[in-house]
Amino acid sequence: MKQNRYLKLSGLEPLIITPESNFINVGERTNVAGSRRFLRLINEGNFEEALSIARDQVEGGAQILDVNMDDGLLDGKAAMVKFLNLIMAEPDIARVPIMIDSSKWEIIEAGLQVVQGKCVVNSISLKEGEAAFVQHATLVKRYGAAVIVMAFDETGQADTYERRVEIANRSYDILVGQVGFPPEDIIFDLNIFPVATGMDEHRKNAIDFIEGTRWVRENLPYCSVSGGVSNVSFSFRGNTIVREAMHSVFLYHAIQAGMNMGIVNPTMLEVYDAIPKDLLEHVEDVMFDKRDDATERLLNFAETVKGTAKEKTIDLSWRSEPLQDRITRALVKGIDQYIIEDIEEARQSVAKPIEVIEGHLMIGMNVVGDLFGSGKMFLPQVVKSARVMKKAVAYLLPFIEEDKDAVAKKNGIVLMATVKGDVHDIGKNIVSVVLACNNYEIIDLGVMVAPEKIIAEAKAHNVDIIGLSGLITPSLDEMVFLAKEMQRQQFEVPLLIGGATTSKAHTAVKIDPHYKSAVVHVNDASRAVTVVGDLLQKDRKVAYIKNIKDDYNKFRKGFLNRQETKTYISIEEARNNKFEIDWSTTEIVTPEQLGIHVLEDFDLSKLKDFIDWTPFFRSWDLHGRYPNILTDKIVGTQATELFEDAQRMLEKIISEKLLKAKAIFGLFEANTVNDDDVRLSAVDASKSNVFFRTLRQQAKKATGRPNIALADFIAPLETGIQDYIGCFCVTTGLGTAELAKKYEAAHDDYTSIMVKALADRLAEAFAEYLHKEVRTKYWGYTKNETLSNEELIKESYKGIRPAPGYPACPDHLEKETIWEILQVEEKIGVTLTDSLAMWPAASVSGYYFGNEQARYFGLGKIKEDQVADFAKRKNISIEKATKWLQPNIAE
Amino acid sequence: MNNNIQKALQKRILILDGAMGTMLQRYDFSEEDFRGERFKDYSTSVKGNNDLLSLTQPKAIAEVHAKYFEAGADIVETNTFSSTTIAMADYGMEDLVYELNFESAKIAKKVAQEFTAKEPHKPRFVAGAMGPTNKTASMSPDVNDPGFRAISFEQLRTAYKQQAEALLDGGADLLLVETIFDTLNAKAALFAIEEVKAEREIQVPIMVSGTITDASGRTLSGQTAEAFLISISHIPLLSVGFNCALGAKQLTPHLEIIANRTNIAVSAYPNAGLPNAFGEYDETPSQMASQITEYLDKQLVNIIGGCCGTTPEHIEAISKIAEKYQPRPLMLEPKTIV
Repeated sequence: MKQNRYLKLSGLEPLIITPESNFINVGERTNVAGSRRFLRLINEGNFEEALSIARDQVEGGAQILDVNMDDGLLDGKAAMVKFLNLIMAEPDIARVPIMIDSSKWEIIEAGLQVVQGKCVVNSISLKEGEAAFVQHATLVKRYGAAVIVMAFDETGQADTYERRVEIANRSYDILVGQVGFPPEDIIFDLNIFPVATGMDEHRKNAIDFIEGTRWVRENLPYCSVSGGVSNVSFSFRGNTIVREAMHSVFLYHAIQAGMNMGIVNPTMLEVYDAIPKDLLEHVEDVMFDKRDDATERLLNFAETVKGTAKEKTIDLSWRSEPLQDRITRALVKGIDQYIIEDIEEARQSVAKPIEVIEGHLMIGMNVVGDLFGSGKMFLPQVVKSARVMKKAVAYLLPFIEEDKDAVAKKNGIVLMATVKGDVHDIGKNIVSVVLACNNYEIIDLGVMVAPEKIIAEAKAHNVDIIGLSGLITPSLDEMVFLAKEMQRQQFEVPLLIGGATTSKAHTAVKIDPHYKSAVVHVNDASRAVTVVGDLLQKDRKVAYIKNIKDDYNKFRKGFLNRQETKTYISIEEARNNKFEIDWSTTEIVTPEQLGIHVLEDFDLSKLKDFIDWTPFFRSWDLHGRYPNILTDKIVGTQATELFEDAQRMLEKIISEKLLKAKAIFGLFEANTVNDDDVRLSAVDASKSNVFFRTLRQQAKKATGRPNIALADFIAPLETGIQDYIGCFCVTTGLGTAELAKKYEAAHDDYTSIMVKALADRLAEAFAEYLHKEVRTKYWGYTKNETLSNEELIKESYKGIRPAPGYPACPDHLEKETIWEILQVEEKIGVTLTDSLAMWPAASVSGYYFGNEQARYFGLGKIKEDQVADFAKRKNISIEKATKWLQPNIAE
Repeated sequence: MNNNIQKALQKRILILDGAMGTMLQRYDFSEEDFRGERFKDYSTSVKGNNDLLSLTQPKAIAEVHAKYFEAGADIVETNTFSSTTIAMADYGMEDLVYELNFESAKIAKKVAQEFTAKEPHKPRFVAGAMGPTNKTASMSPDVNDPGFRAISFEQLRTAYKQQAEALLDGGADLLLVETIFDTLNAKAALFAIEEVKAEREIQVPIMVSGTITDASGRTLSGQTAEAFLISISHIPLLSVGFNCALGAKQLTPHLEIIANRTNIAVSAYPNAGLPNAFGEYDETPSQMASQITEYLDKQLVNIIGGCCGTTPEHIEAISKIAEKYQPRPLMLEPKTIV
């Protein structure tokens, strides 16, 4: 029996990699570092949906599943074990081998102990020296896994051909010679770095990788070579055509050189032979560093291909189809260009104008509803459909009013409101539009709606459903309050709960027990339609409500039982276990420009490149990471269309100066006093000192893990070292409300929502931009920073900018201090609501911490002793402190 | 001794013994017999704890081994299928585990040495049997909580390490990790054995035997035969194969998969057919032997024996047929490259 030394892996089924095998694709969406969605799901403990990501990967053709749980705020070991255990229970996922991916050995080992098949460990290297390398490799062998070896040693990452060869060779010798590791179980990751960055030292990045691969495959028998391909095209983010071509060219040559596995997004790949000749030439010039001006030429060329590929010819043949087909098509495709003439034609064909709504338009909208319900249409399309619908109805209304007998039959009346103190309404508006599309009458009370008003309006209109929305944490209490009040007044109208901070857990545990009728958590628009439909079904309604109640009751019990009883320590003990920075060695840079600075009428065009687009798509219920989402198999087309509309609107906002951007920030001398307070030196001598009051983690930590407070990142007064802190507020929302209203008046909810979503993105981009300016200029502690937008989004810079309301400092009250110091309201016009939300909504505020050890963390739950102490320090009543800190107080 | 078994494998098909349990049933031991003098006041019933008989009825155990050797077996398995702290917890006898393994190995070894002395041309071997335990590391016993595990790798590793040490101390020539229905349990056993080998600086021949539970061709934990083979191939093994759950006939396709994909010896010890309506195995020695002829014609195996329901009569029939065949050709493990 002939036996070859092939890399053999196994899940429930075998995977054998032979020289004849095609390139092996590793699925990498189950990686908290690479997928925000996956991270969010794991953080929420939503392992079920996280599993569906794994399933999608395997169904989509991943032959190995990479699982990574390396995130600072996550118990990576526990998450790894739990997720792998759950995968093992799913035969359609567990059939493929697992790649256990972590930079921490303990997580790798925990993973190896729960998987029966032959895994790949990702990764080990000589980074921490030979002893650790040998020890880990010996254990990997004993656990029966293959291993990825990073081209990394004691002096750093291999970034040249010579270093790749040197490290690979040395690693191989140790593994095969000393450890007795089977050479076929070794996979080298030779570091794929970007080309065309404009930096000379990056010009050979692709060649060096490819040649390094060739050397490894020729000189180190039986081993494999892997890598993450998308890195190579980093500098062409946003230009899909060029990136796809670069990936294909790179892979084409790397595979010929012997790269046999890796992480490639199959949707971001052009067929090598289909790359246009001129583009191919430019890309190959860059890949192989063929000319000095290769990068520049590709950049210039890239500009020309950016637009051309997206040109579309408009097909108008549908205009000759029958009337109903035209109307349906206009609704499904969201084309409002011809709707008035088609509606007029329809009106003339019926006895009463109302029949057009109940006939032609409803037929069309039913098609929209079905397509949306079955996942074939996406939210932005539905909102566009609604725009067409509204336009048609607006045209018909005057005719209908002439005809006194006509009363349009509605499916029901839904009241929608963003609760008191909260100003965020994008999600609420989307749900309203979608419900309106489904023939519900919507009474939208807008934002910051007081509970009395919600109740009064609900009575006055005899509504069938009340929908509440909120984004900031204090809104959760408003919702609880409203539920109690509705119960007191013996309401029976079902209550829908939605918005970013709401959750099924909060709804089930905190709201549902206070209201006898149905309370349903609805976090996306498509579900809203089904839920409202079921709630209003005359014959089934009672049973449905009972079901919901039972479900929440069960969920609540389950949730409360599942709650791990965490142990807490006293605030004193927590302070004794603070995060220690060695103040004698840490670098503290004196800000270049201390004091308060204002940026008036800031040029929005500077912010374009700082926008993080991923959350933008999320606000439209399109899930996936930008730019990959544009080429996503399922939502790609819609995402691209939405993105193009967004780009057009953005251009319009910028060129016509439709929104105003302003910022204010200050850099101050500061020191930590009494452990948890940051004392700012008075800006002018006439004023007294100001304090930021920080909160400290109180959960009992494993030995060696500190109980962190933000104050730990600032030098204590007793060190005698002068330290600094900053705070800021930026807004791009000035003008948003007016602009959005204008579109709403024109029955164009799509554009109205678009304006708000863009304003939000611009505000985040502004915060990112300003932080960079502060780091490199005003404070100037990293003057030579060169980070790409992608790296900015990943927050790979030094220093942090947490905002009151963030997990590290969940108390919104601190915003008042920032407002006081900077005089935010007076200077740039951003105000705080009762719940301390910022108005306009498209605003961001926060602190700047510059220490290199400063990092984001989650406060978690705290105990009453800290609440009392916090109240005392802040000189407020315990009741007030308890009210504001409620979501963080351990029960 | 290690070299001996390697040499013997090159020359002929080795015969493994048949079922211990089936033979012990013939003695019809009572609760008192199981207890013996030593455990007469033991708090719970111990009837059915066959491994305990190595301490309370050592003569019977030695007799069974001798019967199998007489029938032509080259290798007998120690009476230790359940002798781990994990499986013995059912009887509260975790503290006896070292002694159970040590004594069982000693009994088998003594009988083997007697036979080897009588027939030096046919040396006899003792395989230390390491069963799967009664818990699974990669499946949840609770259908409502698929992420739950009743046992961890670490617990299995510790238990198996103790068993392996005691078996070797008692004189086992090789170790047999068997009836594997969850590959992760087996990996923990192999991990433990590697630790013992490294600590004692010794080499120990290891046999690995999986169990395909039904016609799906998979282990209970869901792996195909080939995936199972890949998952345990990181350890240098004397042999790999299957036992239990199926009769000789049903096992054939799975053995072919293994035999076509490995260089090391292949073992098989099927049940005496599938259980009948009364849960008894009723394939006769000649029926079973004729099924096994197919293995031999196809040159699928190097080691052959019997599991549930097989008796010395079965082993004798199998041994007589196997004598006439050449073993499946073996290629020595390729030496480390470079």
